[in-house]
Amino acid sequence: MIEGVSIQEIMAVSVILFFIGVYGFLTRRNLISILISLDLLLNAVALNMAAINRYLHPDNFQGHFFAVFIIAVAAAEVAVAIAIIVDLYRLIHSVDVEEVDKLKY
Amino acid sequence: MTNFDYALWIPLLPFLSFLILGLSANKIKARAAGLTGVLSLVLATALSLLLAWSYFGAHGGGHEQAYAALQPLKWVWLRFTDTLPFEMGILLDPLSVMMLVVVTLVSLMVHIYSLGYMKGERGFARYYAFLSLFTFAMLGLVLANNIFQTYFFWELVGVSSFLLIGFYYDRPSAVAAAKKAFIVTRFADLGFLIGILILSYYAGTFDFAQLNAPDGPVLSKDWAPVFGGHSLMFWALLLIFMGAAGKSAMFPLHIWLPDAMEGPTPVSALIHAATMVVAGVYLVARLFPVYELVDYGAALQVVAWVGAISALLAAIMAMVQMDIKRVLAYSTMSQIGYMMLALGVSDGGADALGYTASLFHLFTHAFFKSLLFLGAGMIIHALHTNDLREMGNLRKHLPWTHWTFLIACLAISGIPPFSGFFSKDEILAAARENHFWIFAIGYFVAGLTAFYMFRLYFTIFWGRERQYSHKPHEGGWNMKLPLAFLALITLVAGFIPFGEFVSADGLPHHSALDWKLAGSSIGIALIGILAAMYLYSEYKQLPSQIARSLGPLYRLVERKFYIDDIYAFVAKRIMIDTIGAGVAWFDRHIVDGTMNLIGRTTLRLSSAIKGVQSGQVQHYALAFLGGALALAVFFFFRS
Repeated sequence: MIEGVSIQEIMAVSVILFFIGVYGFLTRRNLISILISLDLLLNAVALNMAAINRYLHPDNFQGHFFAVFIIAVAAAEVAVAIAIIVDLYRLIHSVDVEEVDKLKY
Repeated sequence: MTNFDYALWIPLLPFLSFLILGLSANKIKARAAGLTGVLSLVLATALSLLLAWSYFGAHGGGHEQAYAALQPLKWVWLRFTDTLPFEMGILLDPLSVMMLVVVTLVSLMVHIYSLGYMKGERGFARYYAFLSLFTFAMLGLVLANNIFQTYFFWELVGVSSFLLIGFYYDRPSAVAAAKKAFIVTRFADLGFLIGILILSYYAGTFDFAQLNAPDGPVLSKDWAPVFGGHSLMFWALLLIFMGAAGKSAMFPLHIWLPDAMEGPTPVSALIHAATMVVAGVYLVARLFPVYELVDYGAALQVVAWVGAISALLAAIMAMVQMDIKRVLAYSTMSQIGYMMLALGVSDGGADALGYTASLFHLFTHAFFKSLLFLGAGMIIHALHTNDLREMGNLRKHLPWTHWTFLIACLAISGIPPFSGFFSKDEILAAARENHFWIFAIGYFVAGLTAFYMFRLYFTIFWGRERQYSHKPHEGGWNMKLPLAFLALITLVAGFIPFGEFVSADGLPHHSALDWKLAGSSIGIALIGILAAMYLYSEYKQLPSQIARSLGPLYRLVERKFYIDDIYAFVAKRIMIDTIGAGVAWFDRHIVDGTMNLIGRTTLRLSSAIKGVQSGQVQHYALAFLGGALALAVFFFFRS
């Protein structure tokens, strides 16, 4: 419980963060930017988890665990995604997402 | 009691030879292959002669008691149900021992003869492998102790016959003949199989001994009529006879036999004259008590008439053929018709004379007909043609062939003291006691037989000297020896007191010649011979004039009574062009149409919606987001 900050305000930050991520994910061309947007999504969720845990169920810890877990997964995901992007760059000399459309009909 | 366990080796030796030759056909030298085949047959023949000697000798002669039917070996091969196991076994009774001797002797002669005849042919080892396989199958067939084993080996002889007819597989006519033989006999075997299933289902056994036993499951019951005024057993026997008729080339399933002459000539001598084609006679004889007693021998009446009609038609067709082997093929069919006829007329009375007569004729016929075929092989070997019109005056060039051929011709025509006289006479005697018209046909066919055989003889060995591309000469000793041996048997076989050994009830049966009947049958044979001599002993226009004056009748016979054409019509016009075309239309338009419709609809639909899968990750993400929002809205407003 943080003094002077209500859960609604934190949730509002979380929602804004989330939709910034969604917007970035849908509009960016650069794969690295998309990856950053993705991390914004994850962090929005992690913030949400921590806040809800802290404000509504202060006796429990599941929300915190989830937040930590999300951070760990995000780290792993970034490592894998960066590796894929580097390989992709070697392959087609581009990190433009619109050029990566081999897997279509 | 003598130990007959070694009977197993009689079929096993040719099988070993088949395995050896079949597995090493490409590596083994021709000479070694031939020797392997001959050696295995020499041993098998020696064993079967020994067996026959000790089997028939066990009684010491003169005993008025039945020969015992022995089963030295028997084991269960497949167990269908507890009461109906499929056994493999060996049955020794006078019938099978007699067949054993015939098959091994003729097969041995053919093996030896083929050493000369097939010399230098491509696939020599393959030929011997097939020949051994056939011999194995045939021996297994005659030794079978139950009807299922008979069927098993029955198909095996069919296969080896197919392989040997199509031995020259690069010749389209041989391939067609092999297919025809296989399909026709398979069709007949379908009837055989259904017959076996009906018979064994209701009898509860495959075993011949039980089927034939007077107090067994078949004969002790009264079978109620089920269909057409006859009992189920009658129809089963008729179906079994259908298989027998197919194998034995009886009318109307005979069409494959003349074409089967495409195979090498020794094969014709072995399979299509002496052994496989008499398997049908053997089968009916094997089940004779059943045939005789079920429905008071109604099935035997059918057998008799089929035999008589086949004998007559084949003899008529043999008169106009221009191919030496085809004449002999029709002659074989005619003589087997005699055997069937004789079996058919022997219903119990008169000591079942016909049964003995039929098997006696089978015995003598095997030797003189294979002699005729081997002689024909000698001629073909010398001239490289089958066509009678290119032969003439060969008696100077081929003296051995000439004399042995003459002996065989006299035997088949029924001139004493050659073997055919005795057996044919018994058949006629049996037929006379039974049915006038069958006897009349048999008597008439005897004359026709003499005529067509001596037409063959005079055309080949007398008549005009032809322009031969090279001087005809006979084969070596390995071809002459079998001829001489078979001629010797033909000379003496008639004096074997056959009825003492083989008879319907197993008791020795003394037959005496009826000289009145014998005299008249010699008479008609002589008429036939003299007519042939008059027409063919020197080249004349007369035969062709007669043929021309007969006009359509001659054409009818020359075209084989249009039986082949009827089959072709039924098969092509009705089965393929009418029924087949209808079914094909249904298949192509209805069945295929439904499938194509399903396929095409799927294809159209998918091409309409496939744009959704664009490969753009962000499109997917957008769709996912839209979906998630839609779900959220849905659940939000639903409650």
